[in-house]
Amino acid sequence: MVQPKVLLLTGYGINCEEETAYAFEACGARPRIVHVNDLIGAPQQLAEYQIFVVPGGFSYGDDTGSGNALANKMRHTLWPELMEFVSADRLVLGICNGFQVLVNLGLLPGSRKNGFGERRAALIANCSARYECRWVNLAAAGSEAVFLRGVDSLFLPVAHGEGRFFAPPGTLAELREERQIALRYVDAEKRPAAGRFPLNPNGSVDDIAAVCAAEGRIFGLMPHPERAFRLNQLPSWPEFSALNSGVSWEAEGPGKIIFANAVDYFS
Amino acid sequence: MSRKDALRRENIMMKKPVGHRLEIFYRDPGLDTRGQLLRDKLNTLDLETTIDDIRLSEVYTLEGEFSPARLRQAAELLSNPVIHDYLLDQARTQGAADAVLEVGFLPGVTDNVAHTAAETLADAWGEEALSTDKGVYSSTIYYIEAQNLSDSDYHLIGRFLANALIQRLHWKERSAYVADAGMDLVIPRVKLEAHKAVSRVELDLPEVELVALGKGGIIDHYDADGRPVRRGPLALDLESLKTIADYFARVEKRPPTDLELEALAQTWSEHCKHTIFAASLDELNEGLYKTYIKGATTRIRAARGEDDICVSVFVDNSGGIIFDDDYLVTDKVETHNSPSALDPFGGAITGIVGVNRDTVGFGLGAKPIINRYGFCVADPADNAPLYRSPGRLNQALRPRRILDGIVDGVRVGGNCSGIPTTQGFLTFHPGYKGKPLVFVGTVGLLPRKTKAGRLSHEKAAQAGDYVVVLGGRVGLDGIHGATFSSEALSGGSPATAVQIGDPITQKKFSDAIVKEARQLNLYSSITDNGAGGISCSVAEMARECGGCRVELEKVPVKYPGMAPWEIWISESQERMTLAVPPEKWPELEKLMRSRGVEATVIGEFTASGRCRVSYKGESVMDIDLDFLHDGLPDKHLITKERPSAANDVVLPEAADLVVTDLFLKMFKRLNLASHAYVSTQYDFEVQGGTVLKPLLGRNQVDAFATVVQPLPESEKGVSLSQSLYPAISDIDTYAAAAMAIDTAVRNLIAVGTPLKRMALLDNFCWCSSDDPGRLGQLKECVKSCYDTAVVYGTPFISGKDSMYNDFHGFDADDNEVGISVPPTILISSIGVVSRVADVRSFAFVEAGDLIYLLGAYRPADYECGGSEYLALLRDEGLVAETAMGRAPQFSPTTQLPFYQKVEKVVAEAGFRSIYPLAQGGIALAAGKGALAEGLGFDLQVPGGERADLFLFNEHPGRFLVTISPERAPELEKLLAENCCLQLGRVRDDERIVITHNNALTVETTTTELLGAYRSTFAGF
Repeated sequence: MVQPKVLLLTGYGINCEEETAYAFEACGARPRIVHVNDLIGAPQQLAEYQIFVVPGGFSYGDDTGSGNALANKMRHTLWPELMEFVSADRLVLGICNGFQVLVNLGLLPGSRKNGFGERRAALIANCSARYECRWVNLAAAGSEAVFLRGVDSLFLPVAHGEGRFFAPPGTLAELREERQIALRYVDAEKRPAAGRFPLNPNGSVDDIAAVCAAEGRIFGLMPHPERAFRLNQLPSWPEFSALNSGVSWEAEGPGKIIFANAVDYFS
Repeated sequence: MSRKDALRRENIMMKKPVGHRLEIFYRDPGLDTRGQLLRDKLNTLDLETTIDDIRLSEVYTLEGEFSPARLRQAAELLSNPVIHDYLLDQARTQGAADAVLEVGFLPGVTDNVAHTAAETLADAWGEEALSTDKGVYSSTIYYIEAQNLSDSDYHLIGRFLANALIQRLHWKERSAYVADAGMDLVIPRVKLEAHKAVSRVELDLPEVELVALGKGGIIDHYDADGRPVRRGPLALDLESLKTIADYFARVEKRPPTDLELEALAQTWSEHCKHTIFAASLDELNEGLYKTYIKGATTRIRAARGEDDICVSVFVDNSGGIIFDDDYLVTDKVETHNSPSALDPFGGAITGIVGVNRDTVGFGLGAKPIINRYGFCVADPADNAPLYRSPGRLNQALRPRRILDGIVDGVRVGGNCSGIPTTQGFLTFHPGYKGKPLVFVGTVGLLPRKTKAGRLSHEKAAQAGDYVVVLGGRVGLDGIHGATFSSEALSGGSPATAVQIGDPITQKKFSDAIVKEARQLNLYSSITDNGAGGISCSVAEMARECGGCRVELEKVPVKYPGMAPWEIWISESQERMTLAVPPEKWPELEKLMRSRGVEATVIGEFTASGRCRVSYKGESVMDIDLDFLHDGLPDKHLITKERPSAANDVVLPEAADLVVTDLFLKMFKRLNLASHAYVSTQYDFEVQGGTVLKPLLGRNQVDAFATVVQPLPESEKGVSLSQSLYPAISDIDTYAAAAMAIDTAVRNLIAVGTPLKRMALLDNFCWCSSDDPGRLGQLKECVKSCYDTAVVYGTPFISGKDSMYNDFHGFDADDNEVGISVPPTILISSIGVVSRVADVRSFAFVEAGDLIYLLGAYRPADYECGGSEYLALLRDEGLVAETAMGRAPQFSPTTQLPFYQKVEKVVAEAGFRSIYPLAQGGIALAAGKGALAEGLGFDLQVPGGERADLFLFNEHPGRFLVTISPERAPELEKLLAENCCLQLGRVRDDERIVITHNNALTVETTTTELLGAYRSTFAGF
């Protein structure tokens, strides 16, 4: 079996790298956590990896806009290597703060005409103007996202202060047309959240929770699949376990498929 | 702020500035919901007009000259073209509003946004582009549309949007804004007058002068009228000052320097030395701490023998217990009360980020894995103003403002640090109006051995090691924090004690230490810088090898001009002190630099027996290390009995009560209502291990304990809970401690923690601790801790005390007011759960399951003192306002065998749900069980009982459980001797039906109850 190599970025307030690395490892990949300054010091090492991950966290404390400061730093120092990486048949994943970084870098959503580098969308402060840590229902929106193959719906936690997806109408129309919208917030019966809080926890336009680009190889989402990797990470676990004795705590959770899909892509 | 500081700051503001203003705002104001939400919040204040609209702008002030191209580039880097427009040195003329308010920080206050902006610009332009005279500062502008704002409106809005202790406010009306073409260029740079390097303090003084010195501090200068202006409290009593005077006269044969005196004051402070717990007291020659707290732990550990879980207790920054063969878990709970009263946000964030460092500073550096919190405040609806100074001056913050600020502070500190904040509580009591209690705690995880085979909990600086400080720089913020918290709050409280944490700076070095440097074996010892700054951390580590030598000018400072004593005692946050062998220094320095962490050698550890400090070659401190640490004169304290407020309660006739109404009202009480609005702001999922969450069931009901699985490959979990009974303390501090321990222990049993895998932490927040009556209450309370913990076999592993939680000030009529917190003992519990898979919640999960009350069912035993129910009856006018009742009496010795049986059923996963009864009694437990999933219940109150007392009493030592009917006989047999009373069963609909003597006594639904439960904090 092919074991893709995964580079997970850390440093400057990124804080979900360990559990995300665990998720990849448990799916058969070979993850390595690399400090952003070490990557900047030797950017050519990126080419040795198949999957590049910007994990969740609080890079630079969200100061000057979530993901903005780290994206600026990466644009100055890693842009050619990043362009080379995405032009090859490789995968890029941004979770939560990582999604915010990819959007600020202009890797998501990108543009058919102009490629990557231009900021065309934004993840702005939640409508509640408050940090929200809660579980949400999501439905796949019919995109090409490699990470969502076989996914119909998901139940994952969000934890962010700035997750409200915004794009001007023209960009939005293009995203729909190009099937770049990957996940939407829905209710438990998979009906659109239609902006209603807390189903749509941040007020994202068109209930957008995730987008993709480059034939679905670049994927960013606000929810945290690594926090729903095992069944016992779900909030209903204690009750489920009270009624279903004998279910293993290691049973698969809804988030696992996202990592498994990424690993399977290379096998 | 001392007058001197005020003068120094004013000088800065008056300087004619050179610089540029970059203003960033939403192109479509409709996207910026902050303005709308703020408008709605402000309109709930008592304004004389209504605010129509608020728009916000973020401002970056760049000090110095920059080319237009550079300025445009800065704008592009700091804004987002998708949503923002920006202006450079221009007014937002179209946006001019009725009133415009700009809020920025005062000089020297931590400005994290500006810090990031400066880093972004330096990344783009190179470090040299932003030299030391080119600072970056952030501020926010509020454009407020409102007709006829009155003076009082300006005042209210200003107080809501800014805290004048740390922030600058600048108002302009529309005309001035237009005439001036916008707001003004302000450069809040700190510029300090040159200080004399060091002064000598003559101690051969009359006693009255020594007392003034101890209370107000060293004389800095004399004002125009010849009155002395002092530097701020040393909090040294007369006897301590005499001991110091004697030491210098006899041993050193010279007067002390100002720095030596300040350093001694820090080291000997109540905050650092816990003088009250250490002093001999009445017949207790060893004092409270050694006799009762450490005494309990020693006795329990001896009794446990091989089974002892304690690894490092009372000797390090946290307490450490065994998690499994390979790992330790550590725990520490701190308080940050005084700073939080002045600046709730800054106080709370500094508190949580500070206690994270107690984890990183444990042993060779534990990884923070869980945050805890607890906020004790007054009723947020209480708007009656309080003032610190006469003449309605120096207004104290209102309870709501304090609550909002501390909730925010822990949110930013915890979330930015990537540590799940799972476990916490809010407690309300009128006694917390003058000074809130802010508890913050952190649990850590540490491999028992490093890769090099070293035991990770052991450390010792070696003579010859470098003294290395790393992390943030030192400023005037946090001067006199330790001595200040050892005093009651009054008009003279120093504002420099207020500071704001910088979690990202800390996250950088925390990761570098616990994820890299520790495994590389790059240092011999490490500790955090908390109270007293490096004066305490270096001197503390110097004990490990017998001395130190520090060159103060090497300490990195935020700005020039600080006096040596200020550098030595500053409590500027986010710093660690390490002992680094010289041969390891190059590797450590390189690692830290590559992680964006500043690390500096400031001296070396020695074996000289002396603590030596120099500044630019001049000796500024040179004293015996033993005297510094142990020279503090022995104190003997005398207690006396304080008359108890307990009394008998004349209850209303049962027939006159509508129990359904009372039932719903209980769920609306501040202490019992849903606090979910706090939990959902805290990231309780980061690190991916939270199994039992702070909110349970689809209706998100507040949990009493949480369980985290810290290692994804191990099914073991860390269980956490806590308990406090301040309302019981009002009548009986012995009972308050016993009940808090009992509840904290029972909560962990309920989530699957064996008693043998459990430990406790104590936090005493007392008041007026120089009053023998209060000391008498303290003695009772600490004795109870010993008595109860020894029976349960649960050792104390860490503790902290805060002894002066009193407020002295004035009300709106200028009458003197004193408010003291109720003597508060918080017991936090931590344990190790063997199988996280079997952890149960309190949610009723299956219709037909039987509901049982387990334990201590004694029909005659209905002490309601200190209960929420009695407080409700008082608030409703159904009992006398003075009705206090008596504290419940119970015997831990009787409870123990019962708990061991419950522990067994829990271990066998025998319960469907379990709730350890506490505040609110059976009613709260059954109601929350039903609320979680919306499954109602039938419940029968035993005949002959008063329904209200049966449902609401808070007798300790009991559980409410549900169990499948087929397991019921087994349970009844096991617990036959301990009372196991079937009360009812879970329904298949949402109805809640409680009957008494065949008559309906409570009838409601989970929907109605959920509405009540969520209503109290709905607008928060």
